[in-house]
Amino acid sequence: MTAVPVSPAARAAAASRRGTPRAARVRDARERLIRGALAGCALLSVVTTFAIVGILAAETVRFLGMPEVSVADFLAGTTWSPLLGAQKQFGIWPLVCGTLLVTAIAAAFALPVGLVTAIYLSEYAPARVRTAVKPALEVLAGIPTVVYGYFALAVITPFLHDHVSERFGTFNALGAGLAVGIMILPIVASISEDALRAVPRSLRDAAYAMGGTRFDVSVKVVVPAALSGIMASWLLAITRAIGETMIVALAAGGNPSLTLDPSAEVQTMTAYMVQIFLGDAPATGVEYRSSYAVAAVLFVITLGLTVTGNLILRRFREEYD
Amino acid sequence: MAVPVATAAPTGPAARRPADIVGAAPASSQPLRRGTDRAFLALCLALTALAVLILVVLLVTVWRDGHGRLSTEFLTNYPSRRPGEAGVKAALWGSIWVCAICALTAIPVGLGTAVWLEEFAPRSRLTSFVKLNISNLAGVPSIVYGILGLTAFVRLFGAVSADRPLTVGDPDSPFYLQLPLGHGVLAGGLTLMLVVLPIVIVSSQEALRSVPRSLRAGAMALGATRWQATWSITLPAALPMILTGSILAISRAIGEAAPILVLGVPLFIRSVPNNLASDFTVLPLQIYNWANRPGDAFHELAAAAIIVLLAVLLTFNAVAVVIRQRLHRSTQ
Amino acid sequence: MTMPANAPATGDVTLRRPDLAPIKPAAPAEPPPTCIRAAGFDAWYGEFHALKGISLEIPKNRVTAFIGPSGCGKSTFLRWMNRMNDAISGARAAGTLTLDGDSLLARELDVVELRRRVGMVFQKPNPFPKSIYDNVAFGPRLHRKFSRTDLDELVESALRAAALWDEVKDRLGASALGLSGGQQQRLCIARAVAVGPEVLLMDEPCSALDPRSTARVEELIRELEADYTIVIVTHNMQQAARVSDRTAFFYEGSLVELGDTDEIFTNPRNKQTEDYVSGRFG
Repeated sequence: MTAVPVSPAARAAAASRRGTPRAARVRDARERLIRGALAGCALLSVVTTFAIVGILAAETVRFLGMPEVSVADFLAGTTWSPLLGAQKQFGIWPLVCGTLLVTAIAAAFALPVGLVTAIYLSEYAPARVRTAVKPALEVLAGIPTVVYGYFALAVITPFLHDHVSERFGTFNALGAGLAVGIMILPIVASISEDALRAVPRSLRDAAYAMGGTRFDVSVKVVVPAALSGIMASWLLAITRAIGETMIVALAAGGNPSLTLDPSAEVQTMTAYMVQIFLGDAPATGVEYRSSYAVAAVLFVITLGLTVTGNLILRRFREEYD
Repeated sequence: MAVPVATAAPTGPAARRPADIVGAAPASSQPLRRGTDRAFLALCLALTALAVLILVVLLVTVWRDGHGRLSTEFLTNYPSRRPGEAGVKAALWGSIWVCAICALTAIPVGLGTAVWLEEFAPRSRLTSFVKLNISNLAGVPSIVYGILGLTAFVRLFGAVSADRPLTVGDPDSPFYLQLPLGHGVLAGGLTLMLVVLPIVIVSSQEALRSVPRSLRAGAMALGATRWQATWSITLPAALPMILTGSILAISRAIGEAAPILVLGVPLFIRSVPNNLASDFTVLPLQIYNWANRPGDAFHELAAAAIIVLLAVLLTFNAVAVVIRQRLHRSTQ
Repeated sequence: MTMPANAPATGDVTLRRPDLAPIKPAAPAEPPPTCIRAAGFDAWYGEFHALKGISLEIPKNRVTAFIGPSGCGKSTFLRWMNRMNDAISGARAAGTLTLDGDSLLARELDVVELRRRVGMVFQKPNPFPKSIYDNVAFGPRLHRKFSRTDLDELVESALRAAALWDEVKDRLGASALGLSGGQQQRLCIARAVAVGPEVLLMDEPCSALDPRSTARVEELIRELEADYTIVIVTHNMQQAARVSDRTAFFYEGSLVELGDTDEIFTNPRNKQTEDYVSGRFG
């Protein structure tokens, strides 16, 4: 073995860098411990997903195995009446339809209004107006959803009953849908506005220089350039609307029905779950277990939307990068 | 003899220049374009004003309906079948306990996850899986977290029977708890922790990413380990943004009712929590209960409780912003 | 008077690249008509007096170059010619600035139509994240209604004018962002040309390009001169000498000297001009 000449200075430097071998081992051990703890935190999120999937799957299987339930009826049936003593029926479609109806109303309100508000804030509004409107949107975003449920009961539904049609009873899809729409409006507005502001100034300059009006530039250049962010905001908002519980529990109703009539009382998947968990059905009974099955369907739908959203985002970025 | 091939030039009549083609088209509809521009601006103003108007109407309605019921008794009474004697004391203290537990658990775990993802995680399929996981969890409805909390915390997956619970600690101490947790404040706090965890993680990640790479590089060039650099340099620099994200998360927790509802808490609570196993209710759930009852009196109570809830949110946000500003100033 | 260090021997008047034959015959005896005229033109950004009493004339169908050190006002003046400064709050102007006799500072001026007649190409290529076809067709579609065949013809004509047609004719539907930097800048030129302008304003169009793309764009400018009035702002004096017929030297908001390019570079009348073009400052 050839001796490598090492100068005294280098040897001293090496020694001071590492300290004593024992201190180094302690430090390395502590570093490893901390890394482990941090990784454990991250592991928790993975465990959470598996736990959700496991619990929902297990209970759904148990539910579908019960004598009153058939898989075909669950997936294709159009009547949901679990509390009828003798003739229980477990077709999922009335609940899914109720959720979709309320969500569609909410989206029809919030997606366009949110986008136009975002365009205004990003392209048109003077700084003073922005400093007044942005906090208002943030406050709207922070209001607990149960307050919107109250708003639907106390303001929206009476308004609909008095000024639109007598057919709007205490529980109706339109009132709940509009309240859910108000709840998701800030999501659409603020994420879309971020996406619009991120479009580089040079694109706007080019469009103005060719003789575009502000409308031309905003709608024909900036919005298409920000499209992936805008669509992400829409999907996020819809996912929130589908999962919303308190507003629909208060305002949409407790009677599931397969209908597209906005004045009708409908029950969403989430409202049904509230009904069961608030009630005193036994934990091993078919009604109680049906709630898990409904939760499983809800989870699959929202997961599908979230995954689709991520895929769309990635595909848009690839196309235009 | 080779015939030179002409480059592809348009044959036939001489090719028109752009100015010729544009000039030959029908005259532009200038008034229509100007009209469209103005109409769109009007639409933008109208819809933005609508959004602000909705907020104003909401707040005015809640105040109008509820302020008559506001009083010190309202804050110190328990719920009652008689509207005149009902109050939010139980719900208010329940909210405070549950959200404190949620904050104390969600912020460290969420921050730890973010630190691991941004500073330590190797570039591997496992890491991508974890990141994908977190973004999926953000979209899960909060009521599903309630179901998870019910099975995992309230019932502890059935590992310990609820008929013969294990007890931990002295019943007089605030840290007394039972296993399985039942529908006590600890179970509620942990369930809310799961709900807000994705928010804390994502906002902490953004906070860490906003710290320039050069700071970390500088620390490690001086011989710091990865953790030392993170603890002493990166985390302090990211602290204001981390706090902002945490404020957002706790504000969300204060307003959640569905997960608590699923846990099976009793609807009618006449006590304030005094240890981790205590029964409890939260303000949003109390609002739901009262709003669901028929009659104006209970609706007024619900509106009054909403005012209290919004006041709590406002106070919490204000205090937290002040703390963040103090921290910001002291780290500058 | 001392000659600039890099000037050719006395008597060799032209500084143009010898391999580039002039596209059009040498300047006729009569001076060409004036396209844009400024007289006593002042401009401010808030309190800052950016342009002081500018008087000049931009001749039709010629290339005019604006040169001068950073901050001298040449880009500011360029942007007043198509009123792009309207977007900057606090920007105002006084004096006379006309295009073919029509005042550009008039209240009733239709800015949208002005920008159709006076196009602009920017320093960094800024194609829209759309297809090549849609980029070129965007401007025309704003202003008029075209039949599909007319639009196709227009797009081809504009791309030919920008010397880009042969390179992209098979992939008009592809994203414009897939083109190289030099191709993107030529696409921006095609886009500007497609609306049928009379004037093309170019704000340092080659400064973000590599030398080969720069050479192609300069060649293109020489070809476009026949049909368009071109004003080019440039930091690169050799470029100004290669490409332009007239040159204006700006310094700290004032127009120091305006003349034929050959004279400005070989025989400037003003000492400041001579110092600048010989590289003593800037």
